[in-house]
Amino acid sequence: MISLDGFPVMDADTLTALKKAIDGGFRAFTREFGATVEDFFLPLRTFLIFVERLLVTTPWPLVLLVIGGLVYLASRSWRLVAGAVAALLIIGYFGMWEDTMRTLAMIVVATLLSVAVGIPLGILMAWSGRARAVMLPVLDVMQTMPSFVYLIPVVMLLGIGKVPGLIAVVIYAAPPIIRLTNLGIRLVDADVLEAADAFGASTWQKLRKVQLPLALPNIMAGINQTIMAALSMVVVASMIGVQGLGQPVLKAIANQYFTLGVFNGFAIVGIAIIFDRTSQAFGRRLQKHREAEHA
Amino acid sequence: MLESSTSIEIRNVYKIFGPHPERYIEAVRDGGMCKADLLEKHNHVLGLSNVSLDIEAGYIQVIMGLSGSGKSTLIRHINRLIEPTAGEVIVEGTDVRALKPKALRNFRRASTAMVFQKFALLPHRTVLGNVVFGLEIRGVSRAEQLEEAHHWISRVGLCGFEDKYPSQLSGGMQQRVGLARALSNDAPILLMDEAFSALDPLIRVDMQTILLDLQDEVRKTIVFITHDLDEALRIGDRVAIMQDGELVQQGRPEDIVLSPATPYVEDFVRQVNRGRVVKVGALAKSVSGPPAALRVSGSLSLADAALRLVEARLSFADVTDSNGAVVGRVGLEDVVRTLARSAGETAALEGMASEELPARLAG
Repeated sequence: MISLDGFPVMDADTLTALKKAIDGGFRAFTREFGATVEDFFLPLRTFLIFVERLLVTTPWPLVLLVIGGLVYLASRSWRLVAGAVAALLIIGYFGMWEDTMRTLAMIVVATLLSVAVGIPLGILMAWSGRARAVMLPVLDVMQTMPSFVYLIPVVMLLGIGKVPGLIAVVIYAAPPIIRLTNLGIRLVDADVLEAADAFGASTWQKLRKVQLPLALPNIMAGINQTIMAALSMVVVASMIGVQGLGQPVLKAIANQYFTLGVFNGFAIVGIAIIFDRTSQAFGRRLQKHREAEHA
Repeated sequence: MLESSTSIEIRNVYKIFGPHPERYIEAVRDGGMCKADLLEKHNHVLGLSNVSLDIEAGYIQVIMGLSGSGKSTLIRHINRLIEPTAGEVIVEGTDVRALKPKALRNFRRASTAMVFQKFALLPHRTVLGNVVFGLEIRGVSRAEQLEEAHHWISRVGLCGFEDKYPSQLSGGMQQRVGLARALSNDAPILLMDEAFSALDPLIRVDMQTILLDLQDEVRKTIVFITHDLDEALRIGDRVAIMQDGELVQQGRPEDIVLSPATPYVEDFVRQVNRGRVVKVGALAKSVSGPPAALRVSGSLSLADAALRLVEARLSFADVTDSNGAVVGRVGLEDVVRTLARSAGETAALEGMASEELPARLAG
């Protein structure tokens, strides 16, 4: 007999047993394969540490010069270069240079990883309806599941440190590039694709010469969104031991250090704006044929 | 005249659009199910119904029909952008249906090139980048790509525009790029799907002239789709007319104009200016006797022939072929009769006379 007062719940003992079974199973898995998984991610760890050292140990004027140079190459705008350099100078003057470099290293590696994994997945989704049907709910989970929830198994497997932090960041930051690569390729004009077919283009030729170039505006928007998403995860990642601007923020929350929080918060905002404007300007420059319309 | 050889053979081709065409092909082919029944009872669309057409090498074959008549579907069967449900398509001796994916790609690269109604240029590439596209796909060396591309860009009159993007060009210029892209592929067959339909009337005539000039030079087998009868008659060596997925008439332009096979074709040709379209050769009758005082080329239009006769104050002339040999004789009376039939109808129906002829005759 179902009673109407109170939702009919699973028997408490069964529920506990279920939770225990899953936890136990995962713990066993961790014990068995933790080392293997850690080995698997070793190259990533090495790369991340390399980039971080490079940024932290290189003399600051050189770093500033290289960043300014990169901003110029991407945007061809001296105004943007001036803004970026000024922002970094202020950040450094307020004593946040090293943390900023660590965060920068994390963002760069997370973005590279997201792009390297995300673009092929996005292409797969665009080509195959089945892949898309499988991927869409997965992406929804990746973007909406509270990050603390997937931090639990990641930390159980890999412990606390840079790599689990990086994985947490990538899980949250990769979906935009995957979604927008898929979208960009699906939006390519069917007439142009038919023309490529009529000229005998192979699948690979169509991808390289038609679909990817025409999807580029969307792909660039995806990369931009990915970078922003990665930056927004900095504080969460610091909770599992990722060094950088997130750690002082965490300390500020715990101790109600208002100013410390605001300074580091603005440093994150500063980097975000530099990344955003530069990547957008770069995207626009790749779209010369669109600017031509307004000429 | 070229020696005639068949370049493209289309044999009893059927195309049914829908999820399960194979279920209904027999009912359509052997049971005579019509387009409306197929749509109503089974929700499948009959795109092509028993279409057979031989296209001769080196000629311009026009396929004409209203929208929805299946002409664009038919042209896509030639390079198998659309798979036939039944029937055969043989191109230059190759059974197109039997090609495996790789062989099909090679066939498309080597044997056919296509020009599209909406141009279908690559917006991220310059004129030059678009024209080399087919050559790139074929893996031709960069030097050769550029040489070919520059040649064809100048042949279609786009010198100096190599570095422009399609969005910077007018429709007519964009389609010149499309034409140059197709020609640079140096395939024996050129497929033109309503290639000039999107252009302004004046530009369209311009492009027709360019195409005809180029054709004199390259002598390709051109399949040209259009819904515009004037265009069909102007450029077609042969014209085929489609209606509801069926081929209702095919022949030389004069045949279509002088003896339309069905009311549908009659509707099409009613407004045609026969004085310009019909060549005097079509009326030539063989006679014996002394030569006439005037000789006219068989390729002269009726209107011009009438004018020549009137100016010379003669009632008949000998008609010659392209080599200058007399092939028959034509009388002014026949010419005027043929002209008047159309001019009278047209004038009565539409209130517009077949322009210059009566005036000139009077003068």
